[in-house]
Amino acid sequence: MHRLAPADRPLALLILALAVIALLVLVGPVLIVLLTSFTTSQALRFPPPGLTLRWYAELFDPVRSAQIHKAAGNSLLVAFCTAVLSTAMATGAALAIARSRAGWARLAEGAFLAPLVLPGIAFGLAALMFFSWLRQPPSFALLVMGHAMIAAPFALRTVGASAAGLDPALLESSASLGASPWRTFRRVVLPLIMPGVASGGFLAFISSLDNVPVSLFLSSAETDMLPIRLWGMMETSLDVRVAAASGVLVAVAFLLLLLMDRAVGLVRRMAG
Amino acid sequence: MTEQGAWRLALPLALAQAAFFLAPLLLLAATSFATDENLGSLSLAAWADVLGDAFHLQAVLNTLRLGAVTVLATLLLAVPLALLHLVAGPGLRRLILLAAILPLLTSVVVRTFAWIVILGREGVINSALLSTGAIAAPIPLLQTEHGLVLALTQIEMPLMLLPLIAALRRIDPALLDASSALGASLARTLRKVVLPMALPGLLAGCTLVFASASTAFISQSVIGGGRLAYLPMLVWQQAMVVFNWPLAAALALTLMGSVLTVAAALSMLGRRAAHA
Repeated sequence: MHRLAPADRPLALLILALAVIALLVLVGPVLIVLLTSFTTSQALRFPPPGLTLRWYAELFDPVRSAQIHKAAGNSLLVAFCTAVLSTAMATGAALAIARSRAGWARLAEGAFLAPLVLPGIAFGLAALMFFSWLRQPPSFALLVMGHAMIAAPFALRTVGASAAGLDPALLESSASLGASPWRTFRRVVLPLIMPGVASGGFLAFISSLDNVPVSLFLSSAETDMLPIRLWGMMETSLDVRVAAASGVLVAVAFLLLLLMDRAVGLVRRMAG
Repeated sequence: MTEQGAWRLALPLALAQAAFFLAPLLLLAATSFATDENLGSLSLAAWADVLGDAFHLQAVLNTLRLGAVTVLATLLLAVPLALLHLVAGPGLRRLILLAAILPLLTSVVVRTFAWIVILGREGVINSALLSTGAIAAPIPLLQTEHGLVLALTQIEMPLMLLPLIAALRRIDPALLDASSALGASLARTLRKVVLPMALPGLLAGCTLVFASASTAFISQSVIGGGRLAYLPMLVWQQAMVVFNWPLAAALALTLMGSVLTVAAALSMLGRRAAHA
């Protein structure tokens, strides 16, 4: 590939040009949002006429942005509970699948991953109908349950990859040395699959934090979620605070990505 | 944790999915065949309204076309970038991966908002075109299908890029050198060596992008606007504004059926290609 024949150069150049455009298209919008969040303008003008921290000050103002803060708090709470619940369930399922050579294990894995391809908006509506049929008013518990259904497959995929690498001989020797199943899990299994569990929990957390289709149907005024609130702000008025909120979310995502990559090699895990 | 007892560990997830995923979907299906949300009596009215109404059928077509065009656009950009990743050094490889993963971790609301800034009247594209004199007045880009496809191309590209990179990773670079040393042109190497290896990732990416673009409620409503009818928006309106739950259910199932049909077709294509 390093010594290109002259006849191959046009195609190689075309591929390179498209690849560069792809990189710009991927990263450009993120940079544009960051720059816009510092604008002195009331409108979403680009390039910004001047730079200021005014919109961040407004965003962090506890009185004027009280509703945004409440929605952000709700979203973080639901995301934390969703991550714990879905990762715990996914870890159990991943270990069961990894330990079994039976045909049902592959079938079960397919069923467990099904929520990944089903449109979230169909499930969100279904969940609303189901809970209203059970006469359950909107609550955090229902939101967590709904989010966990969508988040569990993300966790299962990463934990599953770790669990598949477990050596059965290790578990057998632990058992034959008299360790109880729980002790084997805590002292042998969990340390070995911990990077997968941590990555899975992180992806489940992000999946819940960004969830729109389920929150769209299950959240209420009391349980307002951040993405839904930001969507409302985008639809009704062009509030520049959305740019500042986006800036905060991008910064948090970037820091978390670097942290998780250092801790468990997240980047490598996400690219197979 | 004996091997026989291990299946019990899968019980919590299995039970939760049965109770909170499968049961709601069954109720959704039942509601689409009912006269009202209390499942009063059996009726085909909602389905007649979806399948016999020109506006709803147009929305189905719009939704499928949006998914298909977005798949083609992401292919055009993601394939070259995945190829660059294949031959790049470790530094550039890491940069490409970060560029693919970072958007995935930022909320879809944020990514959609970025495109309001880019496509707006005073946005990036209009400012650039006005300052170069290419246009005399701002051109409308928001609330158009072109604008929406452009935005979705960026929003969905990571879903194409990551499976592609994962598939291409299994190619031994020595194989490419061997192919060119044996006199194969670059185009031939790509077709005969790279494409067969990339195919599973390519099809996985197409499935994910199609499913995600055709159901991208926020992007469709904010960038597409009210004039373009797509199924997710209609589902939401019927459920939360009009409160016609049987129709909302029938529309949601139509969306689900469309996405699953395309996913099944792509996976069949993959199996056939694997045997060929």
